[in-house]
Amino acid sequence: MKKISYISFFTATSIYLFAQTNTLQDSIKRGKVVYNKVCLSCHMADGSGVPKMNPPLTVAEYMNDKKKMISIVLKGMNDRIPIDDEYYSNAMAPHADLSNQQIADVLTYVRNSFGNKAGAVSVAEVAAVRTPAKPAAKSVSNNTINKKQ
Amino acid sequence: MKYLITGLLLLSSYQLFAGETHPSRNKKNNDNAGLTLPAGFTATVVAEGYGSVRHITLTKTGGLYAKLGKLYKGKGILYFKQSADGKLELVSSFGKYIGTGIAIKNGYLYASSNTEVFRYKLNDKEEVIDTANPEKIITGLLDRHEHETKSIALDNNNNIYVNIGAYSNACQVEDRKKGSPSMKPCPILDSAGGIWMFKADQLNQTYKDGIRYATGLRNVVGLDWNTATNSLFVMQHGRDQLHDLFPEMYDTKQSAELPSECMYEIKKGDNAGWPYIYYDHLVNKKIIAPEYGGDGKKSTDEYLTPAVAFPGHLAPNGLQFYSAKQFPDKYKNGAFIAFHGSWNRAPEPQEGYYVAFVPFKNGKPNGKWEVFANGFAGATISPRGAEHRPCGLAQGPDGSLYVSDDSKGTIYKISYNK
Ligand code: HEC
Repeated sequence: MKKISYISFFTATSIYLFAQTNTLQDSIKRGKVVYNKVCLSCHMADGSGVPKMNPPLTVAEYMNDKKKMISIVLKGMNDRIPIDDEYYSNAMAPHADLSNQQIADVLTYVRNSFGNKAGAVSVAEVAAVRTPAKPAAKSVSNNTINKKQ
Repeated sequence: MKYLITGLLLLSSYQLFAGETHPSRNKKNNDNAGLTLPAGFTATVVAEGYGSVRHITLTKTGGLYAKLGKLYKGKGILYFKQSADGKLELVSSFGKYIGTGIAIKNGYLYASSNTEVFRYKLNDKEEVIDTANPEKIITGLLDRHEHETKSIALDNNNNIYVNIGAYSNACQVEDRKKGSPSMKPCPILDSAGGIWMFKADQLNQTYKDGIRYATGLRNVVGLDWNTATNSLFVMQHGRDQLHDLFPEMYDTKQSAELPSECMYEIKKGDNAGWPYIYYDHLVNKKIIAPEYGGDGKKSTDEYLTPAVAFPGHLAPNGLQFYSAKQFPDKYKNGAFIAFHGSWNRAPEPQEGYYVAFVPFKNGKPNGKWEVFANGFAGATISPRGAEHRPCGLAQGPDGSLYVSDDSKGTIYKISYNK
């Protein structure tokens, strides 16, 4: 039941309106739902990740760089560059099927959990990374994908 | 502030004692090194503080070689000998490469990096004669960072078997991406996702010199040549993320339990079916993978049937058939499995982090598997929170079982005292 109301909440039209009345706490709360559904299985409930496989979400290099974080969620990550001196061998798939609102929320949640204390990520910031030219176009079609699941 | 100081103290004492016998651990040793074991067995910590100790092997005099997943003071292989107090004493370290596989056969020590296999000639005490100049037996194996470790086993016929793990979860076009289709036939299987056989004594062999001995194995870390059956046994790491990728077919509980982690007895030419199928120990069937038209129920008779099927995601990293006489009869010719412990059971509780045992009779599993040694993880059973994670297994010349931990580099010795 919760899931259904959650999905219908984020229809293409409501996203924009809702974003206007966001408070940080609301965003964190919604972000936790997205996190538990999409990210938890790899990064763990406490964000500590899995040694050698999935990195912890407490690494300053990433937490301090909103654009990088947004881009990792949208495009995935398979760099296999060492993070704090350890390689993480899994591949993180792209999650471009999440809406801009969902990505803003989940990153706001991550940036305010697991001991992190960093600013919120806004829908506009996600949109700017997703489609630098025309921000609105893509999130609509992605919502269609979302509904099919 | 108080926490900080305690933390620093802990850290510095850890560094001081790292790699040395730890006096404060005597208490722990009286307590079977924190492990729970069947009646009559005892465990001691014989070495600790070496970081990522992957596979281990013992010499006939009780010396132990360890292959490291992370260099220790710049070296990837450690050699210990037994000291008077029953611990292991580090006597030399060599090989500037990380890796997993290590084995002694025919007067040589074999060791693998993530792309190559080397061998070092041993003297009559089974000590490496020239640590700086190994022979390169195999080269050019695929390392695409996912399932990149190469485990090795040798038979009595001058062959070496090498696992080459698939650099993928389920052979999707985009690895682990929901909705990304899987490829059929899976092109990964040409050069990975199986066991390759090479000659144990020829130099510079590449793919073209070896044969693909068995295929359809996603990733094998624990494997052993069973001298009782004269055949290769392997432990497969089953695929992840059934729920993440197919939430409409699998809830988080099913996804935590499935697919089975399988033990296979491998004969030349066998196909265990990854990525097309997985095994379900709850219904004892080979189930068509959802990427390949499955619905969580549809099954097939094709492909190899496992010898033993364990619950999902336990991550079997070590396999050792017990051929010694120290342990009670029940253990003779049976299999010990080191389960590294799960991560892909979240949000359900994690599982594994123990050494299991399967009794064997006449070369076949005979009875249910059981947990043999538990408690490696300590209070927190999670991949990051676990204190120790069992990885490698080896049998000592006196019949004791050695277990390595690749989280903090502890080596345990488990013995039976009647
Ligand atoms: C399939 C497992 C998996 C899932 C699901 C996943 N990640 Fe990742 N993530 C990884 C891996 C593996 C890396 C590192 C990849 C590399 O090193 O190339 C990573 C890297 C990251 C990083 C950068 C590195 C760091 O330590 O901060 C961030 C931020 C991140 N993920 C956030 C997320 C968020 C948010 C979600 C959910 C929307 C998510 N991930 C879902 C596996 C996953």
